[in-house]
Amino acid sequence: MKCARPKILFADNKYCPGCGHGIVNRLIAEILEESGDDKKALAAFAVGCSSWMPDTFGVDCVQAQHGRAAAVACGMKRSRPECTVFAYQGDGDALAIGLSETMWAAIRNENITVIFVNNGNFGMTGGQMAPTTLAGQITTTSPGGRDPATTGYPLNVIEMMRTVDVAYLARGALTDPAAIRKTKSYIGRAFEAQRTQAGYAFVEVLSPCPTNWKMTPLDSLTHISKVVEAVYPLGEFADWKMKK
Amino acid sequence: MGYGMAKVLMKGAEAIAEAAVRAGCRFFGGYPITPQSEILEYLSWRMPEVGGTFVQCESEISGISMVYGAAACGMRAMTSSSGPGFSLLQEGISYIASAELPCVIANIQRYGSGLGDIFVGQSDYWQTVKNGGHGDYRTLVYAPNSVQETADLTQLSFEKAEEHRNPVILLTDASLSQMMEPAELPEMCGHDPDVPAWALKGKGDGTYKRHTSVMYSMADYDSYIAEKYRKIERSEQRWESIETDDADLILVAYGISARLCEEAVEISRGNGKKVGLIRPISLYPFPNDAFLDACPRHGWLCVEMTMLAQMAQDVAIACGMKQRVFDLGGGVGFFDTDTVLGAIEDIFSRRRKEVYGI
Ligand SMILES: Cc1ncc(C[n+]2csc(CCOP(=O)(O)OP(=O)(O)O)c2C)c(N)n1
Ligand code: SF4
Repeated sequence: MKCARPKILFADNKYCPGCGHGIVNRLIAEILEESGDDKKALAAFAVGCSSWMPDTFGVDCVQAQHGRAAAVACGMKRSRPECTVFAYQGDGDALAIGLSETMWAAIRNENITVIFVNNGNFGMTGGQMAPTTLAGQITTTSPGGRDPATTGYPLNVIEMMRTVDVAYLARGALTDPAAIRKTKSYIGRAFEAQRTQAGYAFVEVLSPCPTNWKMTPLDSLTHISKVVEAVYPLGEFADWKMKK
Repeated sequence: MGYGMAKVLMKGAEAIAEAAVRAGCRFFGGYPITPQSEILEYLSWRMPEVGGTFVQCESEISGISMVYGAAACGMRAMTSSSGPGFSLLQEGISYIASAELPCVIANIQRYGSGLGDIFVGQSDYWQTVKNGGHGDYRTLVYAPNSVQETADLTQLSFEKAEEHRNPVILLTDASLSQMMEPAELPEMCGHDPDVPAWALKGKGDGTYKRHTSVMYSMADYDSYIAEKYRKIERSEQRWESIETDDADLILVAYGISARLCEEAVEISRGNGKKVGLIRPISLYPFPNDAFLDACPRHGWLCVEMTMLAQMAQDVAIACGMKQRVFDLGGGVGFFDTDTVLGAIEDIFSRRRKEVYGI
């Protein structure tokens, strides 16, 4: 196991203790450095807790508007096809305000990588209901628990993306070292898809937000493996290599 | 197609598209809306021909976001829209201004609020000139009055956007974009996206670059941003003055309205009335210098295709709020040269009310 911190992470992250964003940031940083892609990486960072990344994650980057990171990434990739371009987004960003940009990047099979952190709520703004919030889940804007009758069911975006032609779809978790290693391999494959010009690659990561869930970091992880994974199953859902 | 230096007959919208290509623009992302769809249609074949990128986006929001990404990579990038679509661009324009990146946006005005209608109008002056988006920024705005000037100002827009690291808006309207006139297009010029200091291309072995609002934590940001725009206001005013020296009444109009006013000046002069015209070409910065020292006996008449006066406010300010300012507007009802002459007559015979009743 590597103990040295990737150079990309040039400053301590600013997330709450036990937050999944820090782990996902680290996995991406390791993958970019291991492949050498860090030198030609371009990131579109979403608005959300990921807005801390321009201060800590040292690759060329743009702070996208809320929900528009995929479109910004498309603009970058089409301008610099030789670069490794990724969008990093939360669930409010990618699936609420930005669902159109998210889906259309997939529909056009843009040759970009999207890392999507599903923590079941709007973290940055204080834990409001997100498209991914589970039925019955209490948030600051669903104080009686999310009611699917009036707010819809939790959105499984990978199922939507499976209906269009994309290179790679996977969902991972961060619940223990084995799950983290698996998630890292998914993220690695999502960058490989771009490197081989296979097209659009999307990795969803089930991620704890202990602060807004009002749980300890450890309880948050148990909650994910016991409850969240039943709604959002883990695995690979599209793979360009299988298509051939 | 290969235009030479000779004049060619073309639509205003196509002049924008071809002039953009010749200015080195190699990225366009946009969404159809009348009366600017010809820009998309033209660039859909022209961009691939020159190795550029054309994307018909899922919305105007996506279009300006792609332009943001492309501009961050050093490209000369553009989008265009009109009416409700231009409203959707505002968030992105604010981000691009905040990141201090260059880009060009063509706003082909149609008339009205809401869905409005597709005919000519100038009711988006305030939105375009006074920041449709949130925050503490400005966009340079150029307003051509012919197809030739549309082509010339398109090229200038790209140059000024880079010089000032700021979005530039080319403001025209349904008539200027749809009518055909002979125009001489600028020669093809190259643009190397690797050259601009802000161009993202991967950090390589150096340090990384970021385009974000980090400058708000700079200690001297306030004075920096104030000076940036003060400099633009000092150096970028453009206008045309026609027969203003001895004028008893000066008309103020931009774009297509200025064409009618030019005719009105000529006819009035023929009738012995000393009428002049100031035609702002840059709307931000507003050409305040054109108004210095002028004090026409009967005041100023602002002519714009909007019923609720907009530019008239800038005229009143340019005159130090001390002179008489009249307005002639039209929204659903068009005015023509005769309407302008009628307003002039009213002012000379002191029958017309001032716009702000100062
Ligand atoms: C246009 C716009 N609307 C709303 C906001 C406020 N806002 C900031 S972050 C955010 C939600 C972020 O939630 P999510 O995408 O789930 O990311 P997380 O913070 O959970 O990682 C919202 C609504 C904004 N910045 N811009
Ligand atoms: S609010 Fe939630 S998502 Fe944001 S940093 Fe804290 S734990 Fe992480």
